[in-house]
Amino acid sequence: MLNALTLLTGVAALLLAAWCGWAAYRDQPTKDWHFIGMAVVSVLALAQLVTGIVLLARGERPEQGTTIFVAYLLGSFACVPAAGFMSLGERTRWGSVTVAAAGIVLAVLEVRLYDIWGG
Amino acid sequence: MADVERTGATTSSTAAAERTAGEPAGTAPAGRKRARLISGPGLLLVWFYGVMVVGALSRSVYEMSTDFGRAPLAYALSALAGLVYAFITYTLVRGGETARRAALVCCAAELAGVLIVGTWTLVEPSAFPDSTVWSDYGMGYVFIPVLLPLSAIRWLRRAERDTATA
Repeated sequence: MLNALTLLTGVAALLLAAWCGWAAYRDQPTKDWHFIGMAVVSVLALAQLVTGIVLLARGERPEQGTTIFVAYLLGSFACVPAAGFMSLGERTRWGSVTVAAAGIVLAVLEVRLYDIWGG
Repeated sequence: MADVERTGATTSSTAAAERTAGEPAGTAPAGRKRARLISGPGLLLVWFYGVMVVGALSRSVYEMSTDFGRAPLAYALSALAGLVYAFITYTLVRGGETARRAALVCCAAELAGVLIVGTWTLVEPSAFPDSTVWSDYGMGYVFIPVLLPLSAIRWLRRAERDTATA
């Protein structure tokens, strides 16, 4: 369940990165549709956070430690919204570049989460 | 849990500082002179510095609180890296000529730190039972630690030219 969500969130994050990267390439700021995309990715990350906490409450333990696991869950949840708010104040292509960077960072976090949980 | 709360506080405080730095720039006469360092490419820099602050500080706080004795030098260096990143993030968000100069000095120190620690870890791995943020020139962080100061120095020097001509 958690690994499926991790894969889904990682793929969605990469798609978001490609989409915003395309917008930056065309010299465009983030627009309403991009923010909907960010919301979708953020909801996935939130679902992952909730699932992770439920699994911990049920007594399952991540391979590399609970603290690191929770820290990465919180980090991946905060990642895209933080960049989204930053891009709101920067109505140029650089706002799009920042969100694209956030997508890539989130994808990396998902790979780490997969390792931390233990496959 | 302590490290999680602390990094959460760091991100929210930088976000708050960014908002306060961004808004009065257009209205307050004193703020108008302060050159913005977070517009355009600067925003991307702030984002990466923010990520490195969270990464380096949370990592070192966790490592220090669980098993400091295992690799005290490595963990202390990670904490130092985190503090340098936090200061640079703050100066970028704050903006202005003094902040720009301070950021430039810190970026040079950061670059020196990455190069020295990176070489040190390669030459004498026995001194580092566990890796730091700057180990192997930041290979564990896709070389962002070595690329970041280089792009930041470029950006800050360009910001100087822009304010000089304006």
